[in-house]
Amino acid sequence: MASYDFLFDSTGLRDWCDQAGQAKTTSMADLLAQTKGEEVTVSAWDFPFPSLDALNESCGQVPETRDLTRGLENGFLAIKDTLRFVLDPITEPLSWLLDGALFIAESTPWWIIIPLLLALTYWVARSWGLVAAVAASICGLAFIDHYEYAIQTLSIIFVCAAICVALGVPIGIAMSRSDRLQRISLPVLDMLQTLPTFVYLIPLIFLFSVTESKLYGIAIIMYAIVPVIRLTDLGIRLVDKDVLEAAQAFGMTPRQKLLKVQIPLALPNIMAGVNQTIMMSLAMVVIASLVSAPGLGVLVLRGIRSLELGVGLVAGLGIVILAVILDRVTKSALARVNAAQTR
Amino acid sequence: MGEAMISIRHLYKVFGENPKEAMALVHQGMGKEELHAENGHVLGLCDINVDMREGEITVIMGLSGSGKSTLIRHVNRLIDPTEGEVLVQGENVLDYDEERLREMRRRQMSMVFQHFALLPHRTVLQNTATAPIVRGEPFSSYDKNARNWLERVGLGGYEESYPHHLSGGMKQRVGIARALTSDAPTMLMDEAFSALDPLIRTDMQNLLLELQVELNKTIVFISHDLDEALKLADHLVILKDGVVVQQGEPQNILLNPEDDYIVDFISDINRARVLRVRSIMQPFNSDVTVVGAIDREATLEQVIAQTGGESRGVYSVMHEGETVGQLDMRDLLRALVPEKRSSV
Repeated sequence: MASYDFLFDSTGLRDWCDQAGQAKTTSMADLLAQTKGEEVTVSAWDFPFPSLDALNESCGQVPETRDLTRGLENGFLAIKDTLRFVLDPITEPLSWLLDGALFIAESTPWWIIIPLLLALTYWVARSWGLVAAVAASICGLAFIDHYEYAIQTLSIIFVCAAICVALGVPIGIAMSRSDRLQRISLPVLDMLQTLPTFVYLIPLIFLFSVTESKLYGIAIIMYAIVPVIRLTDLGIRLVDKDVLEAAQAFGMTPRQKLLKVQIPLALPNIMAGVNQTIMMSLAMVVIASLVSAPGLGVLVLRGIRSLELGVGLVAGLGIVILAVILDRVTKSALARVNAAQTR
Repeated sequence: MGEAMISIRHLYKVFGENPKEAMALVHQGMGKEELHAENGHVLGLCDINVDMREGEITVIMGLSGSGKSTLIRHVNRLIDPTEGEVLVQGENVLDYDEERLREMRRRQMSMVFQHFALLPHRTVLQNTATAPIVRGEPFSSYDKNARNWLERVGLGGYEESYPHHLSGGMKQRVGIARALTSDAPTMLMDEAFSALDPLIRTDMQNLLLELQVELNKTIVFISHDLDEALKLADHLVILKDGVVVQQGEPQNILLNPEDDYIVDFISDINRARVLRVRSIMQPFNSDVTVVGAIDREATLEQVIAQTGGESRGVYSVMHEGETVGQLDMRDLLRALVPEKRSSV
């Protein structure tokens, strides 16, 4: 006897339940009881919560919880092909970009790449001290033969962060202009930010082949795009109302206002968003090595899989070094923008 | 005296959810307090009629909450009225579409703001040239003009500085140079000097008057400071709770206050410094023996200084070499004391 038999008996639903026709699943407790030859009795202390599984024991018509997860899975599989048909071509350029960046980074000799990176550092940060720190970091990694991995990680981050900015800034601008859009987007952004990172990967693995680079590209972008959207929206909303009014009073068009007033004044916040986005891409690129993203994450994964302590720790340290130099370089760019417009 | 450059006719502004509905109540005679209590709407401006003449400084004065900043924003339509007309050179601004309105803001009006509102990421020169840059003119055409105005407001040599390098007074000089570089005939000044120190404020007032002598712009000036208003105004409009209490020539308002509110308002000012001989002189009567000559435009303070404190006798009033009237010193002394006070 199951616990909720009384419910269906008393409401006259017994007939409907029995229409199911199938023998109800036998639980382990039932089996034990059968062998002992006695009826299972449930004390008040153990009376179960009326969950789907508990109700199913009494009435075959009530679905079990595993039907829910199975239904979700079947539903996803059913739309998978259509979804894939739409998403595959749209996201294909991402694969090209990632593969292209990786190809260029790997096939160009180190004595071109390293000076280029240093030049980029100087251009962004305008600080020789920082250039020296970056040089020391990269040369240090190269010295212990981690150059290739580090360059792979960096090129993935560059591509993903660039796409995050290219998509995130316009989305942020749109959000700052419409309160309704902001109300709709904020919960989505919250969800993207709080969803455990592995959860992104599950549907993506179903959608695309694990060997495609866009798989990890999408995972990284979805995770890392949030701060740049949020801070663009915030930055534009925080632009001094007086200055905007002045822009209006001198007859600026909405486009002039956006390009000449709102974006420049929001730039410190946007840059802070870019900094966050880059740091989050770095965090995700390690997890993405689970789905074939190359780079330092692969070594960390090897360290875990085959318990190679040293390999894992050194690669982890390499990631920390990359994180520090990326953070410092973007922060100093932010400081430069800030210094130019402190009021 | 020029033509009316800007005319405001029967202007109403109601703030709230449904201003049109509230307007109907206002037309039925509902007052500000009543409207707010019953309907939750705020009557910001109520039946405003003001003419702002070409080449004059019209000062709109009132305490905070009187609606003066709201009123000036109707002139270039930063705020749209609930009802009424704003005529600029005979054209109703409210009929303008976006394009035409922008054109007016670009060429016909410039504005100076209380908190300067300079672009922090632009140099002083670029800020000054905001108007021509917005109009899309090339650098070569506005560069000289902008530098010239910066020079005129006393900021030569600061062209390449950024606003955060400047003090408050200097920032507002940039604000004025920016408005002048626009070459617009009308200048709106929203509490332009209120955020400045008293000494710098006096400097800026003098600068404005000095520039106005040669520029003859139509200036609409908002102020909450009566001394400032009396110093600058050709035409003074006093606002209280969204209603014009009295408007006219400042001397006239001072001598003939129509309302207890105004009487209280003007009771604390230094009348000797504001009143001029022309406002209190009598027609010339040749029977009287005059003891000296004074200028028509002199303030009473200047007359007292000129006569050495002598409180008797009649002076002839001169203007451009001709005698235009006479002034009895007893009238002068009497004018220094307000005729009536509502309280005390």
